[in-house]
Amino acid sequence: MSDAPLLELKKVSKYFGSVIALQDVSMFVRAGEVTCLLGDNGAGKSTLIKTLAGVHLPSEGTYYYEGEETLFESPREALNRGIATVYQDLAMVPLMSIWRNFFLGSEPTKKIGPITVYDQAFAKQTTREEMAKMGIDIRDPDQPVGTLSGGERQSVAIARAVFFGAKVLILDEPTAALGVKQAGVVLRYITQARDRGIGVIFITHNPHHAFPVGDHFVILRRGTVMGDFSKDEVSREELVRMMAGGADLDALEHELSTRA
Amino acid sequence: MTTEVAPETADEADKPAAAPDERVREVSWFDRLLSRPEVGALIALVVVWIGFAIIASDNNFVSMATTAAILNRAAPLGILAVAVSLLMIAGEFDLSIGSLVGFIGMAVMLMVTSSAQGGWALPLLPTLLLTLILALAVGWFNGTLVLQTKLPSFIITLGSLFIFRGLAVAIPRTRTGRSQLGNFDDTPGFGFMDAVFGQKISIFGANFDIAILWWVGITLLLVFVLRRTRVGSWIFGVGGDANAARNVGVPVNRLKTALFMTTAVAAFLVAVLQIVQFNGADSLRGTQQEFNAIIAAVVGGTLLTGGYGSVLGAALGALIFAMVQQGIIITGVDGDWFKVFVGAILVLAVIFNNALRQRAMKR
Repeated sequence: MSDAPLLELKKVSKYFGSVIALQDVSMFVRAGEVTCLLGDNGAGKSTLIKTLAGVHLPSEGTYYYEGEETLFESPREALNRGIATVYQDLAMVPLMSIWRNFFLGSEPTKKIGPITVYDQAFAKQTTREEMAKMGIDIRDPDQPVGTLSGGERQSVAIARAVFFGAKVLILDEPTAALGVKQAGVVLRYITQARDRGIGVIFITHNPHHAFPVGDHFVILRRGTVMGDFSKDEVSREELVRMMAGGADLDALEHELSTRA
Repeated sequence: MTTEVAPETADEADKPAAAPDERVREVSWFDRLLSRPEVGALIALVVVWIGFAIIASDNNFVSMATTAAILNRAAPLGILAVAVSLLMIAGEFDLSIGSLVGFIGMAVMLMVTSSAQGGWALPLLPTLLLTLILALAVGWFNGTLVLQTKLPSFIITLGSLFIFRGLAVAIPRTRTGRSQLGNFDDTPGFGFMDAVFGQKISIFGANFDIAILWWVGITLLLVFVLRRTRVGSWIFGVGGDANAARNVGVPVNRLKTALFMTTAVAAFLVAVLQIVQFNGADSLRGTQQEFNAIIAAVVGGTLLTGGYGSVLGAALGALIFAMVQQGIIITGVDGDWFKVFVGAILVLAVIFNNALRQRAMKR
């Protein structure tokens, strides 16, 4: 693993009018590592994702990508430079087959005489191969995406981002709506993407999902970074406590136990 | 109609599933066929045909002449329906095409009619070119208005329906005092037009319109576009989830505008075919064809909300429509009943297609 971060934010703030959404946030991800971004609702996760993905420009602070100071004007620009974001709502068309979804907007073509046609054999085969690399055996690439489980859909989205050359993969709560088993499936793909040398930023509010896959953990609370810990500095229990804001949780526990 | 599954013993269930096979299930060719959008229309077509073959066996339903009559009826509707199905799969409606058939027809006739009768006395080629541009402009206008206002295309093109039907009546009335313009065969170049658009092909004594060939050709072309090109993939994607498609770089607005222009060109073609066939134009020509085309597309398995459907299905839908119409005529049933049948078939087809689609999604 290289030591220089692939993507780094230094003291980034984002203001919307008088609202301070992010204040002096610093974080980084290295190639082949998973940075987990933990935060409860309202912690500023969404704003941070959008800033990373090129939707928002930082109000203050600097964004470094591949060692250079960078300003992304649009998500498209960030994507072209290799920063792929898989949003919760996935950008998938449920009624379309897996392979059509996989290549939607970037269809491979071939020439038959003067006519350009969609190279469907290549698309189907590549979809199957790329999914196999993620450890998923597609039953049938012609299946509509709507028939896949939530975890499988996430993995199609991740495989697609990886195939189209993502160097940094930003995953917005990929396990949020999933059951225990499905979440496990997605966590496995996250490690697979990491092993292929991609820098993964994994956003979640669930420390139990973050702990097994993360290399280091950034805790976001009320728009600021509460701490940035590498895996050997922190235990799962400490993560849980910090996430909820330790004191708050103690108070809650006390309150509940006295009522009972 | 589920695939038979051998009863599992408790032991088998506890075993770790042998990797990848656990997830693969044989899907029979029959199940695969049933998961295609146009299969409902195919079944309906066979049922309707057999039904009339039995009911109308004394009236020569199974004959070359009746077959020709059905196909001649189906062709103009089919041309509109296949174009409309693409637009519907992309998630939009075009209710203006029926009016546009009347409007373009009158425009062509006004341009070629002599100035003594209130026309512009233009030669044929510039007339066709100008009216084609006019049709493209209407399609562009519909599409642009829908996309700019973000209003439902149903409303925008419902407006166009009235506007162009009104213009098709008002302009010729103002200039010529008539709402029907005839004698297209006086126009220099009619021989060529008749050969290309009006010819009848005689097979075993029955006359088949050349419009059938246009219909088949356009259907094949659009089937190819939808299923074999990247634009086809975009059409499904845009109709399924326009935002998702836009996020991955599909030019949503350009695509939809182009599809509105495609339906307008289909209306232009039908207008020209019918001018040659009927030797003139009528302000009311194409009335209700916009709804008939939508019915054909929906019967053919196209989802009203977009993202799913078939060009071939729309062509089959038009064929069913024409078959019912012709069947009722030759059976001698009062023509007033036709609409009852069409409405019933539409509702049944949608229910049936929905059931089939849900089955396909569970496969």
